[in-house]
Amino acid sequence: MKCNDANTISPGRMRSWRFSGYSRYSDRIFSNLTLVFALVIVGILLGLVVVLTIDAMPAIRRFGLAFLSSSTWDPVREAFGALPAIYGTLLSSAIGLIIAVPISLGAAIFLVELAPSWLKGPASLVIEMLAAIPSVIIGLWGLFVLVPFVRSPIESWLGSKLGFLPLFQGPPFGVGFLAAGIILAIMVIPIITAVSRDAMRAVPNEQREAMFALGATRWETIRQAVLPYCRSGLVGAIILGLGRALGETMAVTMVIGNSYALTASLFSPGATIASKIASEFSEASGGVFIGSLVELALILFAVTLLVNVAARLLVWRMTSVKAAKE
Amino acid sequence: MLERGYLQRKWFNRIMLGLCGGAAGLGMLILALILGYTLSHGIAALNIDFLTQAAKPVGEVGGGMRNEIIGTFILVVLGSIIALPVGLMAGIFLAEFASPRGAAAVRFIADILAGVPSIVVGVFAYAIVVRPMHSYSALSAGVALAIIMIPIVARTAEESLRLVPNSMREAALALGITRWRAVVGVIVPGALTGIITGVMLAVARIAGETAPLIFTALGSQFGVQGFLKPIGALPLQIFRYAMSPYPDWQQQAWAGAFLLVLLVLGISIVVRWISNRGRM
Repeated sequence: MKCNDANTISPGRMRSWRFSGYSRYSDRIFSNLTLVFALVIVGILLGLVVVLTIDAMPAIRRFGLAFLSSSTWDPVREAFGALPAIYGTLLSSAIGLIIAVPISLGAAIFLVELAPSWLKGPASLVIEMLAAIPSVIIGLWGLFVLVPFVRSPIESWLGSKLGFLPLFQGPPFGVGFLAAGIILAIMVIPIITAVSRDAMRAVPNEQREAMFALGATRWETIRQAVLPYCRSGLVGAIILGLGRALGETMAVTMVIGNSYALTASLFSPGATIASKIASEFSEASGGVFIGSLVELALILFAVTLLVNVAARLLVWRMTSVKAAKE
Repeated sequence: MLERGYLQRKWFNRIMLGLCGGAAGLGMLILALILGYTLSHGIAALNIDFLTQAAKPVGEVGGGMRNEIIGTFILVVLGSIIALPVGLMAGIFLAEFASPRGAAAVRFIADILAGVPSIVVGVFAYAIVVRPMHSYSALSAGVALAIIMIPIVARTAEESLRLVPNSMREAALALGITRWRAVVGVIVPGALTGIITGVMLAVARIAGETAPLIFTALGSQFGVQGFLKPIGALPLQIFRYAMSPYPDWQQQAWAGAFLLVLLVLGISIVVRWISNRGRM
């Protein structure tokens, strides 16, 4: 049983270990040394914010808030705007989550509520292994296997059946937002599944037994007792998945097509913030060009920071509710 | 809902449970597809030249990724050398010395750092190492990988240390040794399996990282030239070759992917096996 607050598991440790009056000089040196290394972590995060802000300054000064709403990207005239990259990031992540959330929640329900006990371990292992595959390999597979499959049949079918919607118009390239969204779904399924599995596991059995005693079916038990009980944990899991999707770089860069355009069509090639940085940073020259790419990195950092803090708080609330009940 | 007919509820139940099972099956199918394709394509493209030869310029058939394999090894070692002391000591601080409030704050920061996209870490490493030294370098890539590794090592070390029972701490103190000797001599060894597990998982993670290497390690046609020069890396070369228009290079990308998957999943499986055995 893991617990976030040292207080609740080991009151003994608190008295005998941390705050005993007896303290040697060497002990103080050692504990302060560990403190220094812990502060290195804090320093890295602060340094990251400061350095990125300073490096982005040329672009921030030049474009101001217009950077967020402009859609030009012209290194020759040194005019830069982030809108297509922000749009591409949000769009591909949204597609990814729309595909991944039902699959992940279904898989988590299967792992916690339905799977026979001999299958639970191996099935969890398989899904966690999916999380361990490096993103460049998923990108490689995406480029050579998924993209041709997305071009036809998926995009040609969607185009012929739902072509009246602007979302599904245009020539089927294969590479583009749709392929990037599917790849992102594959990459976030393991994390959403694992975190929501842990949240569902934390639901006390009494909840399920009470529903069964009322004559509910298994699905009704899951739907009305289990899922509402761990709702904040599930939302936290989804937001953690969102954080991962927003920052994912390699696999997306390999399948999104890297064109800087603002179109409604899911079939068209595009770019995300991360893919823009990955494909242009090493060739960039000049303060404003580099500054614009760093400002993109800063925007990505700020967005993932907010998303991760929100997810962390929700997951924490869930686990602390559980700890308080025990 | 309860006023619906019994049969209807029963069938709805079956359909929904079936869908959940299908979702889990789909997750496993995706893994099988990716692994199966990578392994079968990779093994077909793998040969001795791939392991023992350097990359050939465009147009010449053959060549391999020897330098990139060595490069990845060097970068992982370099990243670990930088990250391990920081991660371990921070983990010891969190588990043994921090006040509850201080621990919560540092833990929160570590979790935030773990969530920073790796491409952003790459931009940061470029700014603090590459630019001041006026050269892409193995060192800058090592710094980037270390920043990714530190929070993982710190959090897993902390969790393993917390699993060491308090009686061990009390027993150590009862021998009259100082606390730091107790930590170094008794508690850390007691948590060693867990700590090693965390380190290995972090190694598996950084071995496959590509995004932070693009503008730190850069890649090198001349093999390994030292810590302050550009260096090739396996994931980076897979990316370059996959995006190239040459079928021969694309074949080599698959062979590289095969090696990388073997390395990363091999570490994960061994680690899981060790930690499961330790728990039983």
